[in-house]
This record gives sequence, structure tokens and C-alpha cells, in this order.
Amino acid sequence: MFENFDLQKAIFGRLTLESIPYHEPILVMTFIGVAIGGAVVLGAITYFKLWGYLWREWFTSVDHKRIGAMYIILGLVMLLRGFADAIMMRAQQAVAFNGNEGYLPAHHFDQIFTAHGVIMIFFVAMPLVTGLMNFVVPLQIGARDVAFPFLNNFSFWMTVAGAMLVMASLFVGEFARTGWLAYPPLSDYAYSPDVGVDYYIWALQVAGVGTLLSGVNLIATIVKMRCPGMTMMRMPVFTWTALCTNILIVAAFPVLTGVLALLSMDRYVGTNFFTNDFGGNPMMYVNLIWIWGHPEVYILVLPVFGVFSEVTATFSGKKLFGYTSMVYATVVITILSYLVWLHHFFTMGSGASVNSFFGITTMIISIPTGAKMFNWLFTMYRGRIRFELPMMWTLAFMLTFVIGGMTGVLLAVPPADFVLHNSLFLIAHFHNVIIGGVVFGSFAGISYWFPKVTGFKLDPFWGKMSFWFWVIGFYFAFMPLYVLGLMGVTRRLRVFDDPSLQIWFVIAAFGAFLIALGIGSFLVQLAVSIKNREKLRDLTGDPWNGRTLEWSTSSPPPVYNFAFTPVVYDNDAWWDMKQHGYKRPMEGFKPIHMPSNTGAGIILAGLSAVTAFALIWYIWWLAALGFVSLIATAIGHTFNYHRSFNIPREQIVETERERSQELLQAAGA
Amino acid sequence: MTTMTAEAVKTEDKRLFYVADEHEHGEGGSTLLGFWLYLMSDCLVFAVLFATYGVLGGSYAAGPSPRDLFDLPLVAVNTSMLLFSSITYGFAVLEMQKNRANRMLLWLFVTMLFGGAFLGIELSEFAHMIHEGATPQRSAFLSSFFTLVGTHGLHVTFGIIWMITLVIQVWKFGLSEANKRRLLCLSMFWHFLDVVWIGVFTFVYLMGVLR
Amino acid sequence: MKRFGIIALLPILALLGGCNAVVLNPSGDVAWQQRDLVIISTILMLLIIIPVMVLTAVFAWHYRQSNTSARYEPDWDHSTHLELIIWAAPLLIIICLGAVTWMATHLLDPFRPISRTAPGQVVTHTTKPLNVDVVALDWKWLFIYPDYGIATVNEMAAPTDQPINFRISASSVMNAFYVPALAGMVYAMPGMQTQLHAVINKPGTYKGFSANYSGAGFSDMRFDFLGMDSAGFEKWVSDVKASGGGTLGRTEYLELERPSESVPVKKYASVDPNLFNLIVNMCVQPGKMCMHEMAAIDAKGGLGLAGVYNVLPLEYDKYERRGSDPVVKRSYVASVCTTSAPMGMDVRAADATPADSTPLVGAGLPKPVSLFQSFAQKPSNS
Repeated sequence: MFENFDLQKAIFGRLTLESIPYHEPILVMTFIGVAIGGAVVLGAITYFKLWGYLWREWFTSVDHKRIGAMYIILGLVMLLRGFADAIMMRAQQAVAFNGNEGYLPAHHFDQIFTAHGVIMIFFVAMPLVTGLMNFVVPLQIGARDVAFPFLNNFSFWMTVAGAMLVMASLFVGEFARTGWLAYPPLSDYAYSPDVGVDYYIWALQVAGVGTLLSGVNLIATIVKMRCPGMTMMRMPVFTWTALCTNILIVAAFPVLTGVLALLSMDRYVGTNFFTNDFGGNPMMYVNLIWIWGHPEVYILVLPVFGVFSEVTATFSGKKLFGYTSMVYATVVITILSYLVWLHHFFTMGSGASVNSFFGITTMIISIPTGAKMFNWLFTMYRGRIRFELPMMWTLAFMLTFVIGGMTGVLLAVPPADFVLHNSLFLIAHFHNVIIGGVVFGSFAGISYWFPKVTGFKLDPFWGKMSFWFWVIGFYFAFMPLYVLGLMGVTRRLRVFDDPSLQIWFVIAAFGAFLIALGIGSFLVQLAVSIKNREKLRDLTGDPWNGRTLEWSTSSPPPVYNFAFTPVVYDNDAWWDMKQHGYKRPMEGFKPIHMPSNTGAGIILAGLSAVTAFALIWYIWWLAALGFVSLIATAIGHTFNYHRSFNIPREQIVETERERSQELLQAAGA
Repeated sequence: MTTMTAEAVKTEDKRLFYVADEHEHGEGGSTLLGFWLYLMSDCLVFAVLFATYGVLGGSYAAGPSPRDLFDLPLVAVNTSMLLFSSITYGFAVLEMQKNRANRMLLWLFVTMLFGGAFLGIELSEFAHMIHEGATPQRSAFLSSFFTLVGTHGLHVTFGIIWMITLVIQVWKFGLSEANKRRLLCLSMFWHFLDVVWIGVFTFVYLMGVLR
Repeated sequence: MKRFGIIALLPILALLGGCNAVVLNPSGDVAWQQRDLVIISTILMLLIIIPVMVLTAVFAWHYRQSNTSARYEPDWDHSTHLELIIWAAPLLIIICLGAVTWMATHLLDPFRPISRTAPGQVVTHTTKPLNVDVVALDWKWLFIYPDYGIATVNEMAAPTDQPINFRISASSVMNAFYVPALAGMVYAMPGMQTQLHAVINKPGTYKGFSANYSGAGFSDMRFDFLGMDSAGFEKWVSDVKASGGGTLGRTEYLELERPSESVPVKKYASVDPNLFNLIVNMCVQPGKMCMHEMAAIDAKGGLGLAGVYNVLPLEYDKYERRGSDPVVKRSYVASVCTTSAPMGMDVRAADATPADSTPLVGAGLPKPVSLFQSFAQKPSNS
């Protein structure tokens, strides 16, 4: 009997049938839904015999454009999960009054708000901005790919592996019940002995490797692979923000890796970094995680500042106002973002001088940010503004973000933070900047570059529906939270005793419902656009009368991006080319050297996910096996020296001939 | 700006917006930069561990302190192992630049021996401490000590695994451009670990015993 | 586009309509000053936010593509004057706000005793403050009144217009002590002691709660904060004493500390005077070494290899409500017992122990203890 028991532990670790939450009806329904949906998708792929195509052309692809597109798809899929969590929270908080416990027990509710935060930051916002950078940056600097194409593919799959681990926690075991930053001692083994925090740690560690490597990759790309003539001060602003973002990634994510490693040491080995006894110090964790956490905010928002710069200039038909000050503002924000982390815990008793130092550095960040805002404003000034979808998102951003910025500076005043910290006012503030900034920016970027990715524009009607639902929904969902914060309501509460609060939560839930319609409209927009793609087709490659190099090539661009490497003489290189009567070269093509696709990235990421899963469940043999296979596969991959091939001249000639025909057709139409 | 534009208008016809005669770029032009960036990120992981040691290094939890545990002469020997291994790696790179594969392999082998000796001494130090009851669980000081020194040791271990891989690759495929690039990356990695160890030796061992 | 601005103003209008926004209408002087700061900062920032929003709407409308009468200058991208203004305007506002922040942060530092109980009511050294020690437990609040020797759970009272000095700590995980009507929040953290100085000016029953998520019972971690006139407060104290709630000693505390949710109000007629110090030092459990004691030993270089095995397994499982059975066995450092202090070193005695100030010496050299310490210990001889 005992031998049996030990054997089971040896094979399955702490994974038992009880770990499957079949007794929770909400989760069972979700699982059934996901299983049916998954079966339909997988069945369709099998039926249409798409597996080979997907594997060859997408999963193993090292093409930065495809990887960028896959990042965006990942971000959008995870948005659905993260939003499902959001609307469940809103529903719970709208009903849990007057002794009504709501429909979510604490065990479930606490996982939901943790998962919501983790998913939205790491697996929605990060993939969306990384995807945009991945797709756009090489095109904007006139390069044919990123510096390390294989690494790019690997980074993407590591991000997916992290996302898969979070998703697995929904149906196998549970997710962390600690809040999205998992402060010890609560996240220590003593107070959270279950698998939730382990899922959290390993999902972030696995995805973090991907993020870090993609940061290294894009810095090397921007530093080394700009086309002739593109000096640093001629780079498009989006590329500048991408550079600063990736510098932030490389300089911040190791801190997250380090601090999570220490937390996992506490949990797995029983060390005492953050414990209450034996000299451990939880404050150490709080400091370290925010040294990563605050730059992370700018990692998310800087790229979308870049998107808004491109969009405003393009749709105002005008050069970006104050390019130089825009660049310096970006650099200043990058540096300052490391000097403000303590403003996340003014209330932990750091003392007045420390608090006011960090409060004031935080306020100083608003100066370059304000300058950026004015630059966009004066880009519109004396322009010819076309209210296409990307521009609409940009205007919504400008009007929304300033409110978020204002409440942010307010929270940077320590005594004001004492009354608003951890309140729903804070929640409203950071959703105001993240939705108003990152989400609106991602949608602006997606609708702006969608024709470049696919060769056809997005349907404007459903786009506008989505826009209005999102924007109005946002105000309905979060303005009440500002009010509730001023009424002294704190975050992460599951039940309430004061009935006068309920109306505000109901309004917020209505707002979340509007946002749901916004997301729905976006999905409809995608479907309608794909259905009507012939009508929406863009043959010119330059549907918006763009200014930067990505619009100089076809939509979608050929694998090699540019048949000839462009040469740049001015900012807004493509605008400059159009002004100076650029003629497309029609002859003299040469074979182009390109990297080959490889399955190593997806295999390595898969092995990482298996290893992480085994570690989460204490299945030591599988963890060891997974890790050894991981190392062996990585070493095996280095024995492959033939990682590139030449695209033959004939193929390039053919591709460029088709492009010429399309341009002729477009000119005729 | 205005002069620029005037000039541009004049030379307008001469503007060629593409590289007509493109030469093949060698592969891996960004590898060393990329690897540098990775090393800097790794450096930050060590910075976190150093900072943690700096904060927790005095929390002995009424247990043993560095003075009770560290055997400086042994650590000095250990340090010299790692420093020698860096010098011998330097010799290997010199041979590599002269395209003398066999001599280079010999130096790499010596480097591995030194690296292995370093690891061996470190492991025996750890074993001794754990045997005495000074386990990583005993106090925050010991947790941060074992984690900092252990992470460095783990890096050395991976460096040796990488070196074995490269020895095989050079032996099989010769000193190709790709292999030279990899040897240079490993060289940076190895010297980086040396620099980190100097920090460990100074801040953890010397300062620890002085404290 | 203008409708955004109107929507943004909605919450402000709603507030003006008079909903019970306690943060904007508190009952304590500290919270009142913090409220003023919220309003001043907001107004300062609106000076720039409103023009930006208006300009955005105006420019977007005026320079729309269909308005061909508007000026169009596609190459206009620089103006030194404008650049100066757009950097200087936010800078000026931040300078003002920074100055306000610097002063207010120092004046309203929660660790600093308050200098007034209301505008014009200066606190003199004769004013006797009320001392309250607050402990965040899993998932309830413990209030110890050291001046009165009583303790309560999930209810606290304070006389109006008298300074209250809080010392705040926690038993297991991080919480934040927050009574919005009284003053801003301060974290309650295990093994650490934070402080809050405040005053309540209006009698009434106010809500207090934890403002930092701490686990399953967090939502119900609420208490009533009763502001009373001094007669009422004295009556409340004597009620607590007469309530027959018994004594809160170490044993009772260890029982109380166990995780529990939605705990009703409890009153203890007397309390171990040393309890809060033991809680802060994480050594309520008999035989466990106190943190300050440990720190004093560590400052002298630890207990050497002899101290390695000075650990005991944890006897009772206070984590039982926190999840499945622990794989890693928990333990703690045992206290150093002497006949004079059978429960470990006495708290106050340890506070008096000076830190080792002997100079650093090299490896292998003995510490120059005898010489310096003999002087240090017998200053009267010299």
C-alpha cells in the first residue's frame, strides 16, 4: 500500500486527480467551451490539410514579419482570456452586496484578479507591442530581417510557452492567489503552498527568456542593420521608441528573472530570502520587483508613443513636429524610468525624504511626456487631418491619456498617495494609461499596419463600431472607479457592505459590457475584412500616403522586404523619395541571402514548457529529463551550420514583375 | 536645415535611393554585439544577487558568520584556478587568430582543466559547509551566499559544457568563421565570469571575513 | 470629439452632486490636509491638462481634411519658441508641484508626531496622546491600548481632538491599515513596525479596513473606528474592561492569530504589556528567538558554528488554513535561555545592548576585545 503511494508521488509528483477542478462548474463549462472550440479549430486545420503549411510557413518561420504577426495573434487571443477574467470580476463586484456573496468564492476570485493582471501585462500588452516592433522595425530601417532570425522565432515560442502555462493553470491545478506581483510573505511557501505561485513563477520565467532575447535581438538589429544614410537622427520615431523600449527590456527583465529565481529558491529549496524568519527580508522583494516593474510600464507605453507619432504625422500629412525633442523626450523617459520605482510603495514607511525624492522624480517624467503630447498636438496644427481609424484611436488616446497622466502625477504626491494607494482610484489610473495608451495604441498600430501585413485594409465600419464601443465603454468602466476610489474603496475586494457603492459598480460593469461589444466588433471587423478582402485590397503598398520606408515596398512585403537595400537622405525617408521622384529599380537584381526556417525554436520552447510544468508539479524525473533534452537540443542545433540560403535571381525578378503589374493596376484604377 | 535643402535640390538628380551594387554581407556581423548585450543582462542578474547579498549578508540568524565558515587560503587557490583559466583561454584565442587549431584545442583543454578544478574546489567547499550544518536554509546570509556563488558556479559549468561542444565542433569542422565567432563569444563569457568572480572574492569572501 | 471632455468631467460633476466621497470629506485633520493636497495638485495640473484637451479637440476639428480653408504647411516641423513653451510649461507646473510635494511629504510624514489637532489647535508637550498598537492578523485587526491595558479585535475607539500614535505591525503577511476618514494608510508588515500619527475631529463611526490584499479572508477584514468625545471614550474603555473578555496573553494570542474570517468584535479586559513587542519581534511563541535579539547577536558576528543547530521545529501549524500539507518542514531559531530570562532575552534589556563597535581586524587576528571593552564598560574609571 505504501509502496504504491510512493510510486504515484514519484511518477506524478503532487499532480493527482483532485488537481483537476471538475467540482467547479464555471471551470468545467469553460473547459468544455475551450475543448469544443479547440476541437473545431484543430479539426478544421486537419480537414483542410493545413498542418504542413502552418508548420513550414509559420511555426518554423524566421521571417520577422510572420513572427510579428504571430505575436499579435497571441496577444489578441490572450486578450480574450484576460478580458473574460475582467468581466467576471466586474460581475462579481456588481452583485456582491447586502450579504450576497456573489457567484465567485474567494479561492476563485483571488485567482482571477491575479491572472487578469499577469495575462494582460505579460501575454497581451507585451506580445502586442513586441509584435508591432518585430514587424515594423526592420522594414522602417530598410533591413531584410532582424539580426538573429532564429532567436526571434525562439523568443516568440518561449512567450507562447509562458502563455500556455498560464492557460494550463486554468484546468490543471490553480493559478496564484497573490495579486499580479506576488509579494512575499504571502507568495512564500508558508502562505501559498499550492501550485498557483509556481505556475506564476515558471510562466514568467519562460516568457521572460523570450522577452529578454527579443530585446537583445532588436537592439542589435537597430544598431547594426540600418540601411545606408539612416543615421540615428534620421530613424523614424517608432524605431527610436523601439530602441529605447528594448534597452529597457534588456536592462529590466534580468531583475525580474533574478527576483523570481530567489522566490523560487525560497519555495523549492527552503532558503530564506523573503521569509519572516531566519533573517529574510520581504521588502527586498518589493524593491526588486518594482525596479523591474516600473521600467516595464515604459516598455509597454514607449512603443505606442512611437505608433502615435507615425500615425499623427501620416494622417496630418505633415512632418512630425519637433522630431529632435521627441527623441530626447524618449531617451529622458528611458533613463528616468529607473529612478522612480519606490513610488509604488510610499506607504511602506520609507521616510519623508526618500518619499519626496521618488515623488518628484516621478513628476519629472511628466515633463518629457507632456512635451510629446504637445509635439503631437503641433503636428496636427496646420495639417490636413484624415479621420481614418488609426487617427481616431490617436485622438482618443490624446484625450484619454492626459487624464491618466494627471491622476498619475497626483498619485506621485506621497501624502495624496497615502489616501489613494491601492484604492480603485489607482486601478482607474493605471487602466486609464494602459487602455488609453497601450491598448488604443495597439489598435491604432494594428489598423495602421494591417494593410502592410495582409495586403488589404480593415473594414472601416466595424472598426468604427469597435472604436466607439471601446472608448465609451472605457469611460463607463473606469470613471466610476475614480469615484469609488475617492469614496475610500480599496482594490481586490470580493464582497462589500456599503450598498451605496453598488450603483457605481453596476455602471462599471456596464462599461465592461460595452468593451466586450468593442472586442466583439473588432473580431467581426477582422472577419468582414477577410471576407471583403478583394474590395479592400491595397495594391500600391502605400495605402495611407505614408512617410517611412515600410510603405515603399509591396503589401504584404516580399520575404526579402526590399529587392535593393534602400538609401536614405532625410527623415521620413519614403516621403522624401516620393518628393524627389523615386523610380523603382527594374533591373540589376541579385540573389538575396536569407536565413532558413528551423523547427528548433518551437521544440526548445516546448521542452521548456514541459520542464516548467514538471517543476510546478514536483515531477522531478520529468523535469530532469526535460532539462537535459533542452540542453541537448540546444547543443544539437549549434551543429547545424547551414542556416541560410539564397533566393535565386529569377524568383526576385518574378516577384518584382508582379509588383510592377500591381502598381500599374493601382494607377489605372 | 535650409542650406541642406538647397543642396539637396541641386543634387537631386544624383540621388540614388537604393544600393545598386550590393555586396554580400558576412553572416554574424551582429553576433558579438548581441552577445555583449546578453552579457550585460546577465551582469544585471548578478547585480541583483550581489545586492541581495549586500542586504542579507549580515543576517546570520544567530548562526555562523563568514568568519566561522570561509577558508580564505582555499578560496585564494580557487580564485587563481579561475584566473589561470582566463589566461589560458587568452592563449587559445591567440592561437585561433593564427589559425592553429590543434594548439588552440590544447589551450582550451588546459582551460577546461582549470575550470574543472575551480568547480571541484567550490563543490568541496559547499559540501564541507553543508556537512557542518551551514546549509542554505540556515540563514538569509547563507541563502544569499549559496545562491550568489552557486549561480556563478552554474555559469562556469555551462561555460565548460559550451567549451566541450566547441572543442568537438572545431575538431570536426575546423576553424571556420562561424566557429571562430563562437570561440570569441565564449571567450567574452569566460572572462566575464572571471570579472564576476573578482567581485565575489572581494565582496563576499574578503569583506565577509573582515566584517 | 468634444464629447470626450464632457465624459471626463462626469465624475467631477457627480462628486459635486454630493456622494459620500470620504477621501474628499474626511473627519480627521491629517486626512483633511491630505485631501487639500489632492485638490491643490489636481487644480495645478488642470492648468495644463484642460488647455491640452481643448487644443486637441480644436486642432482636430479645425485642421480636418474637409476644411480646405485652414492653413496647410506640410513641411513645418520646428519652432524654437514653441519648443521652449512646450518644455517650459510642464516644467513650471512640476516645479510648483514639486515644492508643494517636498513640504507636504515632510509635514504629513506618518512617522512624524502631529503638530496640530485642527487648524489653530497646536499640540504642546503637555498634550497627552493616545497610544494604540495595531496588529494585522489573518484576517482581522487587533488593537492594543498600552495606556489602558486593554485590547480589542475588529473595533477601535479614540477620543476626538486627541493625537493618536499608532504603532503598526502584522503577524504573517502584508496588510495596510487604513481608516479613510482618519488619515492615509500605512502598511502593516510582519517583523516590522510602522507608525502613524493622526487625530479624529468629529465623533462618529467610521470604516477601517485592510488596503492590501492578504489572502482569502481579506474582503471581510473590516473594523469600525469609533470617534467619541473623551467621556464616551472613557466609558468605552471601562465597558471593555467590564466585558469579561479575559486576558490577552501569549497563549490567547497564538490562538487568536490562527487564520479566521469575518471575525466578530472581541474585547479583552487586560493584555500582556509585552505582547506588542513580542509580536513585532516575531517571538510570541515561547522559546522562539526574538528578532531584535537575533539582530543583536548578528551584529556581534552570530553564534558561530555552535549556533547552527539552535533551531526547533514549529510546534503548531498556524498555516493550516493556507493550503495543503507543507512538504518543507518549517522551523525557527530557538532563543538563548538564561535563568534570569527564561523566556529568552528580555525585550528592553536587549534594546539597551550596544552594538559592537570594535574596529575591523584581518583574518586570523583576534579581536582587540579586552582592551576596548574594558574601557567601554567602565567609563567611571578614567
